[in-house]
Amino acid sequence: MALALLGAALSMAWGGREAFATFGWKFLISTDWDAVNHRFGALVPVIGTLVTALIAMLIAVPVSFGIALFLTEVAPAWLRAPVASAIELLAGIPSIIYGMWGLFVFAPFMAAHVDPWIDAHLGSLPAIGIFFSGPPLGLGMLTAGIVLAIMVIPFISSVMREVFLTVPARLKESAYALGSTTWEVAWHIVLPYTRQAVIGGVFLGLGRALGETMAVTFVLGNAHQLTASLLMPGNSIAAVIANEFTEADSELYRSSLIALGFLLFVVTFAVLVVARLMLRQMERKQGRA
Amino acid sequence: MNISEKLYRRRRLRNAAALALSGCATVFGLFWLLWILWTTLVNGAHALNPALFTHSTPPPGESGGLANALFGSLLISALALAIGAPIGVLAGTWLAEYARRGRLGEFIRFLNDILLSAPSIVLGLFVYALVVKPAGHFSAFAGALALALIVLPIVVRTCDEMLQLVPNAMREAALSLGVPQWKVTVQILWRSARPGIVTGILLALARISGETAPLLFTALNNQYWTAKLDAPMASVPVAIFQFAMSPYEDWHALAWAGALVVTVFVLLLSLAARWYLRRAHVAHD
Repeated sequence: MALALLGAALSMAWGGREAFATFGWKFLISTDWDAVNHRFGALVPVIGTLVTALIAMLIAVPVSFGIALFLTEVAPAWLRAPVASAIELLAGIPSIIYGMWGLFVFAPFMAAHVDPWIDAHLGSLPAIGIFFSGPPLGLGMLTAGIVLAIMVIPFISSVMREVFLTVPARLKESAYALGSTTWEVAWHIVLPYTRQAVIGGVFLGLGRALGETMAVTFVLGNAHQLTASLLMPGNSIAAVIANEFTEADSELYRSSLIALGFLLFVVTFAVLVVARLMLRQMERKQGRA
Repeated sequence: MNISEKLYRRRRLRNAAALALSGCATVFGLFWLLWILWTTLVNGAHALNPALFTHSTPPPGESGGLANALFGSLLISALALAIGAPIGVLAGTWLAEYARRGRLGEFIRFLNDILLSAPSIVLGLFVYALVVKPAGHFSAFAGALALALIVLPIVVRTCDEMLQLVPNAMREAALSLGVPQWKVTVQILWRSARPGIVTGILLALARISGETAPLLFTALNNQYWTAKLDAPMASVPVAIFQFAMSPYEDWHALAWAGALVVTVFVLLLSLAARWYLRRAHVAHD
């Protein structure tokens, strides 16, 4: 297993060497993506990946916290198990189904109802206006971010739910006995106690959002251009690879795509290591208590 | 008095608002589940007919089914399980029985956890570089290998955890009767941990039967019925991807039908896994 992981990194670096060698550091900051003239740069997909993942986390983290809170503190006991398993089923649906749903159902919905509203109400604001103006295409960064959020919510919320359950009843009961409300117990007792594991869970979701391929490929629009607007189509690392790998006709083209894969691998690896370390620390703490 | 009452009311209001919001979040989460399942069901049911299972994927404009893709998916998944599951069980056993404590075990466990959540497209690229490129052509075997890399960490993890749950008294009892270690492992530990391990394998199967990304550049796709492992082979997720991205209406319908089949299969598998585990637990108590 260790061999597999190490081998993956090495073979990616090796496969991408041609791209790195040809473009050097400019590979990372160039916005070119021109298959005809053999000029490739990674900036557009990299930014697309980061932006969609960021949107996804902005939506998913508060919602997941709400779900975890609801399932551990608020909901009546008979409701907890069915809702928890329903949320976990959401995690089991293959990502390609999310992608199809996003393309055929959600993107037209965004184009018809949400995008025009955002363009009209937020697009004219000073400073942040450029992020929200654009034609109502339905496909784009915002849609991809939302679909990603729906995908990672089950992961984050089930991690949060599990760690919330590990908080000793003694602590919570003491706080209630002092007259705290449920919200105050959650915010001042449960959350500080589980902070590391919660952050670990969030990073786990982030790793998933960064590497997610199919769902994003469907709704991102596959456009190699850098725009500030979230309503415009963009691209992400995984989507570029999925879309273009089988069409790559030159050795350099293919090598550029593998180099992109290597970048993705390094980033997600770092994120996942952080996540696991944090979760692990939580486990230790639990062992001590 | 007045101030404290105000404070009290504010705290109560904030509490109510937070709890209401958390309820909304749950409804929000479930809402998407229902919406996605509903669209898949409605669109898929329209396109569902016997031809789906008997005909191969058609060129645009003609009617056909997904028979070759279904067959390909089954074959590739079975092969992936055949590669991934035994290695996974053995590695999990090693972790739980021989390296429970100690640095090496911890390190391997850590790596395994990372592999567990590594993006599948990266695993696909890895297999591409390892198998497809040297061989010079895409093949079903490479696809199975990529999926096996996804199966492996799931099986290792569950096997490791389940074996750790087996009470030590059982090991000691067997060893004190003079049973050799390998027999203890095979006849006692595996037997008592079997429900958990089977569940892990079922969940792994559920996970890979919907995987698309790694198959795109390993098994590729094939219009025709084939059982040759060293040639490109169709699979349902890749067929869905190709058909959904196409501009043809009847291909879209096929894609929805495929999506329905995959979703139902995956949901049934995870429900079955859960049910199996629960039943085993009841039997033990």
